[in-house]
Amino acid sequence: MAFSEYRKHPGQTLVMFLIALFLLVFLVIPVVKVIFVAFMDATTGEFTLVNFKDFFSTALFRESFWNSLYVGVMAVIVASLFSMPLAYFTSRFEFRGAVIIQSLGIIPLIMPPFVGAVAMMMLFGRNGSVNLLLEDWLGINIPFMEGLNGVIFVESLHYFPFILINLSAALHNIDRSMEESAQNLGCSGMRLFRRIVLPLSMPGYMAGASLVFLKVFDDLGTPLLLNVNNMLAPQAYLRIASIGIKDPMGYVISVILVIIALSSMWMAMRMLKGKEYATVQKGGGGLAKRRMRPWETVMAWVIILLIMTLVLAPHIGLTLLSFGTIWSFSIIPDGFTLNHFAAIFAETPEYMTNTVLYSAIAATIDVILGTAIAYLALRSKLIGRQWLDYTAMAAVAIPGLVIGIGYLRTFYSIQVPWMENQPLATWWIAIVIALSIRRLPYALRACTAALQQISVSLEESAENLGAGKFATIRKIVIPLMGGGILAGFVTSFATAAVELGMTLMLVSKNSDGPLAYGIYVYMQSAAGRGPGAALGIMAVVVVGLCTLISHIIIDRRQKKFGLGQAS
Amino acid sequence: MRNFRIFTAMALIVILMSAAPAAVMALDDKLVIVTSYPKDLTGAFKTAFEAAHPGITVEILQKKTSAAVKYIQETAQGNTSDLMWASAPDAFEVLKADGLLAKYSPQAPGIPEKIGSYPINDPDGYYIGFAGSGYGIMWNTRYLKRKKIPVPREWEDLKAAVYHDHVGMSAPSRSGTTHLTVETVLQGEGWNKGWALWKEMAGNFKMVTERSFGVPEGVNSGDFGIGIVIDFFGFSSQATGFPVEFVYPTVTTLVPANIAMIKNAPHPTAAQTFIEFLLSVEGQELLLDPAIRRLPVNPATYAKAPKEFPNPFTDKSIGAAVKFDVQLSKDRYNIVNSLFDVMITYRRADLAEAMKAIHAADAALAGKSNAQAQALVDEARALIAAMPITDADAKDDKFPGVFTSDVFKKRKKANAKVPPRQAEIEEQWDSFAKQNYAAAKAKAEQAKDML
Repeated sequence: MAFSEYRKHPGQTLVMFLIALFLLVFLVIPVVKVIFVAFMDATTGEFTLVNFKDFFSTALFRESFWNSLYVGVMAVIVASLFSMPLAYFTSRFEFRGAVIIQSLGIIPLIMPPFVGAVAMMMLFGRNGSVNLLLEDWLGINIPFMEGLNGVIFVESLHYFPFILINLSAALHNIDRSMEESAQNLGCSGMRLFRRIVLPLSMPGYMAGASLVFLKVFDDLGTPLLLNVNNMLAPQAYLRIASIGIKDPMGYVISVILVIIALSSMWMAMRMLKGKEYATVQKGGGGLAKRRMRPWETVMAWVIILLIMTLVLAPHIGLTLLSFGTIWSFSIIPDGFTLNHFAAIFAETPEYMTNTVLYSAIAATIDVILGTAIAYLALRSKLIGRQWLDYTAMAAVAIPGLVIGIGYLRTFYSIQVPWMENQPLATWWIAIVIALSIRRLPYALRACTAALQQISVSLEESAENLGAGKFATIRKIVIPLMGGGILAGFVTSFATAAVELGMTLMLVSKNSDGPLAYGIYVYMQSAAGRGPGAALGIMAVVVVGLCTLISHIIIDRRQKKFGLGQAS
Repeated sequence: MRNFRIFTAMALIVILMSAAPAAVMALDDKLVIVTSYPKDLTGAFKTAFEAAHPGITVEILQKKTSAAVKYIQETAQGNTSDLMWASAPDAFEVLKADGLLAKYSPQAPGIPEKIGSYPINDPDGYYIGFAGSGYGIMWNTRYLKRKKIPVPREWEDLKAAVYHDHVGMSAPSRSGTTHLTVETVLQGEGWNKGWALWKEMAGNFKMVTERSFGVPEGVNSGDFGIGIVIDFFGFSSQATGFPVEFVYPTVTTLVPANIAMIKNAPHPTAAQTFIEFLLSVEGQELLLDPAIRRLPVNPATYAKAPKEFPNPFTDKSIGAAVKFDVQLSKDRYNIVNSLFDVMITYRRADLAEAMKAIHAADAALAGKSNAQAQALVDEARALIAAMPITDADAKDDKFPGVFTSDVFKKRKKANAKVPPRQAEIEEQWDSFAKQNYAAAKAKAEQAKDML
């Protein structure tokens, strides 16, 4: 095989080359321009690994390392507890709540920075609404938001949709005939679930779970806002932001974050290896659904409402903040007003249009790249295809700040001729590309999981019937991947809309700023809390609407292809 | 084909979006300001300035101070920003040291040389003070009332057991003005006493916030009751309607907030016009706006101020107790930041536990006389206060190349002595602090058990 594969498939080779070039220019070079400091002796400027030795001999860093691991694992467990019942109810039963769950499930991801955390504090903080009520009634105070537990609580509420979306997509894709065969052979109930449904949904679950782990492991915002310093990501950020380029430790931590991220991906892949998840039949779509018995319906609703209240708590808090006048040390705000919304519509409508534009372009780039990379990685035999996958995934672990600085460093000297020779780094397109790089891993994992569930034999039949490679991809693979691509688009879009760290570095004029930036600007003053929260609500509404629209579009298209879901 | 269509659509969008703004731009009708200030402040000045000077459009670029410095450094080649407008004098010092600022001497009349005991303008003429601000204590009145906590007036008050877990502060390495507060107390009380005071106060901290605005935010929300903040955070929160109050302790420094012209500014005339506007009577009066609330540097402006508004030019109790030594502060800038982070920010939990144990022993000792137990508590306090380095050693130049080495400047001499790395030094300090806090806790518990 070896290099002859390149010659045999010029089309694939070209696509691979283009993607590799894109990743090289917009991910690898900017990042290397920043993190090479990690491998450099601070005084002599020579290559060294001594900085890594320093890392492991510092008690604070070791402690941070274990804390980050602990929080990551616990968040996956808690997030699984939230998402499994929801995914199960919606895909297993004829259930009216299904639509609500699927749409509300995405909303936690659209947690605007700063205001989201303030809202959580107002509700669950030491002197938040819940604890004030508990103190009045029972005289107790539960530290929901303190220390590592607070981080786990907030992160799992925030990121559990990754598992929910991917797991639902996987459950949906399970071939009903598998289940039926098992039933014919006398299997039912829990045993059927354990032996058939669970294993078959593993690719989706693992895709979601590994994303949750990764995100939590390198998430910066939540620990910072809860003022938990002794974790890796905040340590990296604090060192880079305060000590700056002179100190290599921040970059050493970034390198370690990347290594952990990649090895957890690799482990997730190893666990799936050697198993076949593909199913041939697609039209039947998903598990057999049955009606719930009345008491089951009641139980299901109780569980769902419980989870949903918890999950939507930040948004409930946000709504109160955005309509509230003064909210300080009380259960609800002192009064309500519409002034905050009036203020943002009068002052800064461009934040909303910018956000939709940037995130939509970024998410489109992501699903195109994600589909292409997944296809190359799973279907081609080109050498280096796995590296494409790994490189794209590495972006998940690179702090936004590092990407931001890297872009300034790499693209500031390149000028855009048709923009009055403005530097490329300060053109808003740079923000879009950086967003697409940052969110590519989400789309990629979703697309990979979707492709893993499609049997190669479907493509082979198409080709036997005379379809070319391109026609096969367009008419067979992409339609069948529809759900996964949608999941990828939605997660990329929604999370790109609230990205802050990198945006803060790259925005070069206020009129170019997206919502997250606008929220940041407002949230720097006492008077800005209300308008900031109102902008946060707008972020949720705008992204929610766009998500709904893309759902409808894809759904309609699937129906056209005769892939309409049976429900 | 679908993909192709999407691409075409995208390409069209890109072309349309990029063509639109290109038409509006021309020379020197624009002013680009990089600032860390909130919208309330910048918005008011932008509107007033544009009204006074029609034809100049002000473009505001909001970034946090550290990101703003980084942005100006990284974009120095082909600079597009005209002014840097922020509080922390040390951010301006960094830019000045990198040769990224341009000199300018303002013409505006009536501005004295000093506010409190701090010079208003940079002696070298690179940056210009336009408002004063000082650190103090802010508290949430509802919080203190409900928890039945007395109102603190001085730094010393915050050491008391009653404030345990109720205080918040930002770290000096994160915010330049916080650094000045730490330094002010160190200069006012002396190195050892000053640090002992900080650590006993920090034993009562609920958190050390990452952003300086995190402190007023926490107090406003009622997450913690008391915050160590810069005055305008207190004043503007109050003006917004939050149930909070603010006081200047005796030991505080008034520090000017600054503006500077960036080297090779693309619109120098507009930039100078803005600086003059800022210092003019009209500009200075804008600072009295309830949502802004900063102390004007022009004493005449105070005539128009509300009655409660503090006037540092007549009220000599504000910011006059300490004669602030700028040079000393500069000499140990990095060491103070690093020590605070290592001993307080990252070891806050250990420190809080130790102080809690000491408070408990104190309470048990109250009204009893037990020399042995008292001795143990004193030893515990001494362990908390202990510093890994002395006053004399705490100079950045005693640690050559540790905190200031620049990886891009290679050492010429191959046989030059290689200095220790910052991570190594900090690890030593960290284990010093950790052991002492643990030992202090053990001693305090031992003392309590005796009673």
